[in-house]
Amino acid sequence: MGGFDMAITLSINGAARSVDAPDDMPLLWVLRDELNMVGTKFGCGAGLCGACTVHMDGAAVRSCQTPLGAVGAAKITTIEGVGETPIGAAVQKAWVAVDAPQCGYCQAGQIMSASALLAATPKPTRTQITQGMSGNLCRCASYHRIMDAIELAAKETSHAG
Amino acid sequence: MQAELSRRSFLRASALAGGGLLVDFSVPVHAAQGAAVLTAFVAIDTSGAITIAARNPEMGQGIKTSLPMIVAEELDADWAQVRVEQADLDPARYGPQFSGASMSTMMGYLPMRQAGAAARDMLVRVAAARWGVAVAEISTAASVAHHKASGRSLPYAALAQEAAGLAPAKPGDLRLKSPEQFTIIGSRRGGVDTPKIVRGDPLYSIDTRLPGMLHAVFVGPPSPGAVLRRVDDAAARAMPGVKAVIPIQGVKAKGTFAGSVDSLTDGVAIVATNWWYAQQARDKLVLEWDESAAQGHGDAAYAARAKALLDAGGGKVAFKAGDAKAALGKAAKVISARYDYPFVAHNTLEPQNCTALFKDGKLTFWAPAQQPENGRKLVAQCVGVAEGDITVHVTRIGGGFGRRLMSDFMAQAGAIAKAMPGVPINVLYNRTDDITHDFYRPAGWHKFKAGIDQSGRLTAFTNHFVSFGPGEDPQFFANMAPFHMPEGLIPDIEMTHSVFPTIMPLGAMRAPTSNAHAFVFQGFLDEVARAGGRSLPALMLDLFTADKQFGETDKAGETPRSFNTARARAVVQKAMAMSDWGNVPRKPGIGRGFAFYFCHRGYFAEVVEVAVKGKAVTVRKVWAAGDVGRQIVNPLGAEAQVRGSILDGLSQALNGQKITIENGRVQQSNFHDHPFARIDRLPPVEVAFVPSDAQPGGLGEPALPPVIPALANAIFDATGKRLRSMPFAL
Repeated sequence: MGGFDMAITLSINGAARSVDAPDDMPLLWVLRDELNMVGTKFGCGAGLCGACTVHMDGAAVRSCQTPLGAVGAAKITTIEGVGETPIGAAVQKAWVAVDAPQCGYCQAGQIMSASALLAATPKPTRTQITQGMSGNLCRCASYHRIMDAIELAAKETSHAG
Repeated sequence: MQAELSRRSFLRASALAGGGLLVDFSVPVHAAQGAAVLTAFVAIDTSGAITIAARNPEMGQGIKTSLPMIVAEELDADWAQVRVEQADLDPARYGPQFSGASMSTMMGYLPMRQAGAAARDMLVRVAAARWGVAVAEISTAASVAHHKASGRSLPYAALAQEAAGLAPAKPGDLRLKSPEQFTIIGSRRGGVDTPKIVRGDPLYSIDTRLPGMLHAVFVGPPSPGAVLRRVDDAAARAMPGVKAVIPIQGVKAKGTFAGSVDSLTDGVAIVATNWWYAQQARDKLVLEWDESAAQGHGDAAYAARAKALLDAGGGKVAFKAGDAKAALGKAAKVISARYDYPFVAHNTLEPQNCTALFKDGKLTFWAPAQQPENGRKLVAQCVGVAEGDITVHVTRIGGGFGRRLMSDFMAQAGAIAKAMPGVPINVLYNRTDDITHDFYRPAGWHKFKAGIDQSGRLTAFTNHFVSFGPGEDPQFFANMAPFHMPEGLIPDIEMTHSVFPTIMPLGAMRAPTSNAHAFVFQGFLDEVARAGGRSLPALMLDLFTADKQFGETDKAGETPRSFNTARARAVVQKAMAMSDWGNVPRKPGIGRGFAFYFCHRGYFAEVVEVAVKGKAVTVRKVWAAGDVGRQIVNPLGAEAQVRGSILDGLSQALNGQKITIENGRVQQSNFHDHPFARIDRLPPVEVAFVPSDAQPGGLGEPALPPVIPALANAIFDATGKRLRSMPFAL
């Protein structure tokens, strides 16, 4: 739907993407329904489940609570692009190694939160992991393996570093 | 019928369009299913890639990985070369394609082995002919055929084309491996979709994107049975991005389960270019609903009515042996208690949604359905398109837990799509739609009496169960298992029930009926054990002393439904050994609880250790011992199911999950008021499988029920406070 707003250019996964959407449209719906980038998931629409987590200039944000107008020139990274970063790649690799997903629907958000956590805290304690990940709901309760995967990724990235 | 079955009993093989071997392997199914065939599906292309069709919908239970592993085992496939594809709905070809009741492993174990073995047999016969040697001299491993004596080898890829021209063997003539020959079954394999999930690839129904697709919300009734009287959609139509506003008239369908209201309800669909536009526009809709049907229906009213029924006593006899009342009169001690549990919602993380396209009189679905076949029947009834004109692509499901056994979202998507021919429509619930339009785990109320003798042995037992139903008996999902402990274990027992009607839609929640009844029965039996100065595992072992098999009737070729005391004993003893039950010194504020339950053909005994400080409960550790038959297909997935089930159960008990209702309207709206556990509750969960001789069964459910009473019993052990109502509040 166009015509009522100026097209806005976003930086998503290192590429410039033009969208024609109102300022108050949440980034989640810009990604999913304007750009057809469906890796970022909708779970609650209220910032309660973390399924929609993306990075804005490296920090984890809930894209369902981030209006398009607040994005500006910030660099957005989504699950489709996080593997291009060394930490994101290590997190994805660890996720596969421990076979974290059950239904898998929350895992994009979990991976985005985990990679932001490791970027800020390369060697997190269990308490720090718990704090960093408590905004992400896994309805299948795959938490044991999420914890294992983050610890594995931390080990791998700190070796590499 | 006989001719039909025997025709389908033969393997059929045909060449794929692109060349290669296609095995369509059919055997008669158990009569109980009423379906005609069970089928597995293998394709090998000339490059060596092997495609195995996944028959049952994947919702996190791991079946998309484990059933193809079974095929690959007998095929002697190189698992690294195997690609798994979700089969579209085609029950005539694949057999029953539902995911529920922990039945997929049981129903697939033998047919999948035969499918793999049939394909291998054809490949081996080609190799034997080429080399001029006997079939028996050929061995296979990792997608390669070998002739040891001459040192020759050929990859399956080089044999597949020719093999496709052979007549397949009869299922009964195939030789299957003995378990010690297994290299894939029983090994730890990651999920076939895991690499895609971590990259965010589109896998789920909600990810379906088609050219020209539009997005819809379905504004359904605010309370069950509400009738839409008036629609003013002028303001909604004027909202940005809105393409159509479509009133939908409800159609009462024959439910997919007895007593269910799996139908198309009245509602209004808003169709837009972006789901968010549709969501914004719904606030502008002016709808007038007649909600008179649901007046007076509420959780408080239900609880009051249930209390009156329990106070009155009696009820219809569901099971009776001996004379429980007389035995209670003779007991050294009588213990009585009431228990209850609330309505709860499923809250799959992927909200209910579905994509449909109506074109040239035919409907195509991309559906996250646990029962796509029933979904198709529902659509045919509600939308008026013949089943034969409906195609269903089954997507990966972002959580099932029984919610998607109902296919209401398919009927809605179909109705909207039919109103907009040629336009693919994805209808998507918001979280509040999802919680308020669920098929709920019903509330229930129980009154128990038990008698024990001087030595603490259980001698008499009565249970009065108050539940929902239109007549004299509990309706589906509000019922009790046909056989329920301690039936069959003591001579004097009486189980009765009383029911009253509800308008709320009821459904199956992971381990349906069991998830609630384990809590009430095993919680009460813990009280009984303690009243006699014993522990619950000691009481249960006492009840299981004699080798007995009784209860539900078993069917040939199925994992037994009957209850086997020897299998029960083995898991109880294992859980006690794992947790060092009874040998751990007591510490203030720390408690341990035990529970055992048998459901979905699986036996689980679990021990929970808690620390309680004030009102705060910390689960320190859980031990789980389970018997789901002689073979765990994929231990990596199996352990995940057990751990997930256990955390799920703890979440139901400790996170305050409860649906409250006023005049049919559900009061909860999102994860803040129907919460789930986060990563901060992460006790170590030690899992052990206790193999038995039984045919393998499923693991999506049976590990969940016992953890709730084990937790209640642990909290009692730590605090002396008995929890008889869910969710737990200290």
